[in-house]
Amino acid sequence: MNQYLLATYGSPGGGSGEPPSPEEMQQRMQGIIALEEEMDQSGTFVFGGHLHGPDATTVVRPGENGPMLTDGPFVESKEHLAGFYIINATDLDAALEWAKKVTDCIGNVIEVRPFGGTGKAVDNMPG
Amino acid sequence: MAVASLAGSFRDLSIAEDAVQDAFVVAAERWPVDGLPPNPAGWIITTARRRAIDRLRRSARGRELEAQLDLPGDLDEEGYSAISDDRLRLIFTCCHPALRMEHRVALTLRLLGGLSVEEIARAFLVSGSAMARRITRAKFKISAADIPYRVPHDADLPERVQGVLAVLYLIYNQGSENALGEGAALRAEAIRLARALVRLMPDDPEAVGLLALLALNESRMPARLRDGGTVLLRDQDRSRWDGALIDEGQELLRMCIRRDRPGPYQLQAAVQAVHSAARSFETTDWAQVVTLYEHLHSLQPTAVVALNRAIALGELDGPEVALAALEPLREALDRYVPFHAAVGNAWRRSGDLERARQALQRAHELTPSDSDRVHLERWLSELPAR
Repeated sequence: MNQYLLATYGSPGGGSGEPPSPEEMQQRMQGIIALEEEMDQSGTFVFGGHLHGPDATTVVRPGENGPMLTDGPFVESKEHLAGFYIINATDLDAALEWAKKVTDCIGNVIEVRPFGGTGKAVDNMPG
Repeated sequence: MAVASLAGSFRDLSIAEDAVQDAFVVAAERWPVDGLPPNPAGWIITTARRRAIDRLRRSARGRELEAQLDLPGDLDEEGYSAISDDRLRLIFTCCHPALRMEHRVALTLRLLGGLSVEEIARAFLVSGSAMARRITRAKFKISAADIPYRVPHDADLPERVQGVLAVLYLIYNQGSENALGEGAALRAEAIRLARALVRLMPDDPEAVGLLALLALNESRMPARLRDGGTVLLRDQDRSRWDGALIDEGQELLRMCIRRDRPGPYQLQAAVQAVHSAARSFETTDWAQVVTLYEHLHSLQPTAVVALNRAIALGELDGPEVALAALEPLREALDRYVPFHAAVGNAWRRSGDLERARQALQRAHELTPSDSDRVHLERWLSELPAR
């Protein structure tokens, strides 16, 4: 059983493109609730969350005189990481099926990334 | 075929590849001395399998893997139908939609086509190391993201088959860019793989349609080159067309028509069949060609299909009609050589030589194909002087 990150990208308005109407928001919420229930039932859902946007983000990077802070996201772009799921899936096809369901539901772009190893680094060392 | 069979068991394309290569080396040493085994293909697979197991056993991780994998014994009759299944699995894996097109092409040609990395690189005009990188990256993606090694589920099959067909068609077209040298090898591989796919999936009319299309296109190759330049359909010496390939293409198309599940490749094949049936360019059933392109456009509303329709319309109704149908496509097709060639031809026929010259010169600038360049130069020089 593999784990995959389904990373949701969006623009500040909400989905990708026009901000959704209240009716659309309502529909998406219902869709997502049902989808997450399906994920739960099938043992797919591991973890997930909706992230606050670029305005709430801080970047820490290494500096000459110790780590430095910047207000704002790592990459300034129209689209930012809006949320994610971590799922169990037998292979990429299975992960992609779930990603398609998510994007059908909320209209965002989803990046599907396989985990190389999960848990602590010390548990993933070779040998 | 050997790689496909082993990839199935070992689920690691590199192990499969290396093991098959080892087996061929042994065969090259032993067979001249011992004589050909009764079943050469089976011998290669069995030997490769043993080599792969030996390799696995050399490392702890490998021994772990060996325990996990369900490795069958030596091949028997049953093993052979399994080979076909393996081949199908490998084709679909190499052509998985999560792989970018250039990687699908590279992997398909390397693992199924049996071309060397250098040969594939030359055919696609990149360096050997660049092509090797594509193959490595593709294999890594398959492994890291865990692209499953299987024939897709029924629900996904039509879309995934179209993906495979697109790869084979791309390989064939790349091989047509330059008719000689590597081009011929690519076209041969595309046709061989298309034939294999039809054997494996005889009930898929689009797979049959693609093979028909490739056979019909290939039938014209003997007439397509003269003095290093491309000869257009209108000028080809039809007596040089390969009759056997035409017969094959038309028979395949008849099979498709009986199935009555039309699709883009079948329609394109049907267009080529109309050409193949015509004694001359002028006596071609252009009305039928236009109808077929219209049907194709309804399935694939692309600018290129619209271009082909416009060209056929021009043959049916004259150059002014062609020009009217071509102009709206200019923005989409401004970097597309056949568009400018078609515009040039239409202007030439309608008598505006200056516009014809401009269009043909644009085509000449744009084309990456040596033989097309020669042809366009010839055409330009044949235009009456200002």
